[in-house]
Amino acid sequence: MKFGIIVFPGSNCDWDCHHVLTKVFKQKAQFVWHKESKLPSVEALILPGGFSYGDYLRTGAIARFSPIMKEVVAFANRGGTVLGICNGFQVLTEAGLLPGVLMRNAGLKFICETVSLKVENADTRFTKAFALNTVVKIPIAHGDGNYFADKETLDRLEGEGQVVFRYDPINPNGSQRNIAGIINAKGNVLGLMPHPERCSEAILGNEDGRKLFESMIRVSCHVKA
Amino acid sequence: MKAKVFVTLKEGVLDPQGKAVEHALGALGFQEAQGVRIGKYVEMNLNGSDRTTAGARVKEMCEKLLANTVIEAYRFELE
Repeated sequence: MKFGIIVFPGSNCDWDCHHVLTKVFKQKAQFVWHKESKLPSVEALILPGGFSYGDYLRTGAIARFSPIMKEVVAFANRGGTVLGICNGFQVLTEAGLLPGVLMRNAGLKFICETVSLKVENADTRFTKAFALNTVVKIPIAHGDGNYFADKETLDRLEGEGQVVFRYDPINPNGSQRNIAGIINAKGNVLGLMPHPERCSEAILGNEDGRKLFESMIRVSCHVKA
Repeated sequence: MKAKVFVTLKEGVLDPQGKAVEHALGALGFQEAQGVRIGKYVEMNLNGSDRTTAGARVKEMCEKLLANTVIEAYRFELE
């Protein structure tokens, strides 16, 4: 299966994703510079973590207007698989592919630690390999991960099973309803603040992130976009 | 023409930074400072002299980029 990894100025988890996909999972992965106006032929896209454009103005606010984003939005609208990790999640909300916004952490501090997450929906192309309600440990590293949306949006997300990952039991950043990751209504765009690419190898002492990539590889290679 | 844009968190959106500053002001003896909110200030020079057009363009800038209207409100002045 072939992945495209979008690289913005300030992305810093692009190589981590590339490493995990190519070395751990033996898949194909190609970087796509944000100035490109055409996507290569890929079956899934990853918007990696980092600090695109130095987080100027708001996280993801400027990256969202990078030339390649038009193609990313079109790819998503065609049903293509799109994963946004950390800064990638922030870019996806700014681009309107996911609802809500990631605000400054309630405690105002950058948090870099491993947190517990509950898998609340195991029937998505990103989570099929997890058991429902299983609790996994995945690291976070962000200053702006405090998920906010209005009450109607939150109720809709909950009602439609779009809350995929929830901090459990400790909410590290003040996110509404402990939300750590959400999926769009069509089920092809997922954004999450924790970093599964940082915990997908035994040598790192934690492989809880593996199942997310396994799910994508298992399912997304059958989806044409 | 100059545009001055003020972006603040909407009412009802928790502003931990504002709260921290409010506490600090209180500790310094400025107990009268209540409801402190931190925002952003953007200023720019605009080419052209038509105020109506400028107003409409700045509004578009705010909606598209300068503010995220999910959580932020904005206002601007032209001078």
